[in-house]
Amino acid sequence: MTLTVQDSAETRKLRHAWGRAGKRRRTISLLLVAPLFVYVLLTFMLPIGMMLYNAVENVELMRAVPETTVALGQWKPENPDELPPDIVFTTFLHEISAAPRNLVGEAARRLNYEVSGYRTLLTSTVRKLRTMSENLSEEGAARRFMAGIDTRWEEPAYWHAMKRASSTYTPYYMLAAVDLGIDDAGQVVQAPEEQRTYIDILLRTLKTAAIVTAVCVVLGYPLANLMVVASRPFSIALIIAVMLPFWTSLLARTSAWIVLLQREGLVNSLLGYLGLIREPLELIFNTTGLYIVMIHMMLPFMVLPLYSAMKGIPPHFMKASASLGAHPVRGFLNVYLPMTLPGVGAGVLLTFIVTAGYYITPSLVASARDQMLGYFIAFFANTTINWGMASALGIILLACTVAVYFLAARTVGVRQLAGLK
Amino acid sequence: MESGTIVEFVGVQKTYDGHTVVIQNLDLSVRQGEFLTLLGGSGSGKTTTLMMLAGFETPTRGHILVKGKPIEHLPPHRRGIGVVFQNYALFPHMTVAQNLAYPLRMRRKSRVETQMKVDKAIEMVRLQGMQHRRPAELSGGQQQRVALARALVFEPDLVLMDEPLGALDKTLREHMQYEIKQIHRDLGVTMVYVTHDQSEALAMSDRIAIFQAGAVAQIASPQELYEQPASVFVAGFIGENNILSGKSAGRDESGRGVVLLDCGQSVRMQASAGFADAGKPLKLAVRPENLVIGTPARDRLNQCSGKIADTTYLGDHLRALVDIGMGQTMVVRKPLQDFARPPAIGEDILIGWNDGDGHVFA
Repeated sequence: MTLTVQDSAETRKLRHAWGRAGKRRRTISLLLVAPLFVYVLLTFMLPIGMMLYNAVENVELMRAVPETTVALGQWKPENPDELPPDIVFTTFLHEISAAPRNLVGEAARRLNYEVSGYRTLLTSTVRKLRTMSENLSEEGAARRFMAGIDTRWEEPAYWHAMKRASSTYTPYYMLAAVDLGIDDAGQVVQAPEEQRTYIDILLRTLKTAAIVTAVCVVLGYPLANLMVVASRPFSIALIIAVMLPFWTSLLARTSAWIVLLQREGLVNSLLGYLGLIREPLELIFNTTGLYIVMIHMMLPFMVLPLYSAMKGIPPHFMKASASLGAHPVRGFLNVYLPMTLPGVGAGVLLTFIVTAGYYITPSLVASARDQMLGYFIAFFANTTINWGMASALGIILLACTVAVYFLAARTVGVRQLAGLK
Repeated sequence: MESGTIVEFVGVQKTYDGHTVVIQNLDLSVRQGEFLTLLGGSGSGKTTTLMMLAGFETPTRGHILVKGKPIEHLPPHRRGIGVVFQNYALFPHMTVAQNLAYPLRMRRKSRVETQMKVDKAIEMVRLQGMQHRRPAELSGGQQQRVALARALVFEPDLVLMDEPLGALDKTLREHMQYEIKQIHRDLGVTMVYVTHDQSEALAMSDRIAIFQAGAVAQIASPQELYEQPASVFVAGFIGENNILSGKSAGRDESGRGVVLLDCGQSVRMQASAGFADAGKPLKLAVRPENLVIGTPARDRLNQCSGKIADTTYLGDHLRALVDIGMGQTMVVRKPLQDFARPPAIGEDILIGWNDGDGHVFA
């Protein structure tokens, strides 16, 4: 029987001691995790947060011509054909002629995203500003002066674009990442048809991930099952065979596939030698190559969760099913398959998410038409230094991943996905 | 084949690896409607025998006949035998009702019939209101009942149970023994039950087959096994027994066998015709409850003197370990009121029993 302390002072003391003991234990546990927490915060959470922030950040013009952005902010155009008031022209002329070259360059690049050709317009204007007219305070003088440099300065579209680029935050990158844009009237509209690419790329990415995942399930399920039912030495050999790709460098594996699958590669040579083909098959640097290599890369991600799920199902369930009169096939469909579903869910989730974000392998073995989102993120981040677009596409990919995760968590359950149950 | 036999093992042998024989030449018949328990230690072959009958193992040699037809090549799902597994094997992703409906679904029974039989089975194991729970939400005893109901719901003639109560605590186990027995009586179904718990076997069975090293040592009713064990092994396996080794010293003037125990004392026992020639080693088995100690022992034909080595207080009775010399000990069990005062350790004591109170084995 439990001893209950009746006296209230005694009870308080007891509770106090109990709380102190628990607190001490919790504090120690937290302190032990603290280094990891700080590490994750500084090297993972913070950079990702900053990266995502890039997708809405809009500081190029504010840095180069701060007063102009304020003036543009006060301009409330009634219709798309309206030019900004004189104060905007005057301020802009003063600021742009005094702005440092590197800031002007950044601003020009930012404006060029809005209207192509803006970069040359701005840089050539800045070049010609050396002979600045003295009397700009007069009504319309600044505007006439700029139109004198380039007539495009009298087109409202360029000023609307500049206004869009001068707010603190911009939806531009996020909209562009889903083939949308803002027109001069401030409405969200679809991008011109020839510029709509990202939705296609996103769909292609999801389709590739879905096909790779599906093939991995079909190939991986029997393999995982064999690993569970096979005799011990054979099962160990299979596990090593599955794990081996994990222990090999990604680049080495990809290169090996290129060696195997290229026109003069081993596979084509063998097929030619056997007389099965007359012309070498195009097995790499196209969609076929992408699938062949990606499926090989992803198979362990599918097989290992499946294996662990199947390992946890004792054989007596199938025996019970048989004893109750179920043919092995019906037993499999009614008992075994539903019991392995958490493993299938975990494998599908892992494979799909990893495939959707894969970059190196597709960029090496696929054609330009097969490239996935990861490739374009890298393209914007490394080649054109368009951090905004890179971040926006990253957010789209992250959103898709999170959506797939929640879908899986809803249908299979988080604990099951993590293999905790 | 004798009538009333439902299962017959004829010369069945089983080996898993080609050199270790798990079952050697098993002949065993199960009578229609009986409760037969296969009792034995681990590795004695009792579970293998059950699994061969269920169809999960194939005999290496010999035949298994069910209702006269050999079934050793019939896959388990076509045998129509209900099996209750040691860990129940309830399908975790199905509710109680779905688990129970499973064998009926596999037999393509109509929805109405399935519903009716499931309801009846649930009523039988008294789990009303639990239909929509999943196995994980049930207690061990409730899971056990679902497993039992599932093995019975498709009305098989034969139900096999592989240590079904092993995972339950003692009180629940005794209660379930009673319930299983009740169901057996009500349905008249033949049950073959595997256990290593001899008290469970004694409490439940019509007949018990004692397995020893892959063979049946004895098959008989609980009473016969207890009172007429066929071998030293059976004598020692069922209930507590004092097994003493000694040598034959021929027969006395009344035809009783004389046994010279290793401790140097000699006793006289009623012995069978096959009582060994003088000098042959023998085993003697006497139940603790047949022994008397102290003064009453003087009235008995056989008397052994010894020293109390240990006593254990067990509430309703006292258990005393008596050293009768040369390392031989005997256990005596007596109600407490039989003692004027509890015997002290180290005290000299006399143990007595009659010539009919034990058995002699060659």
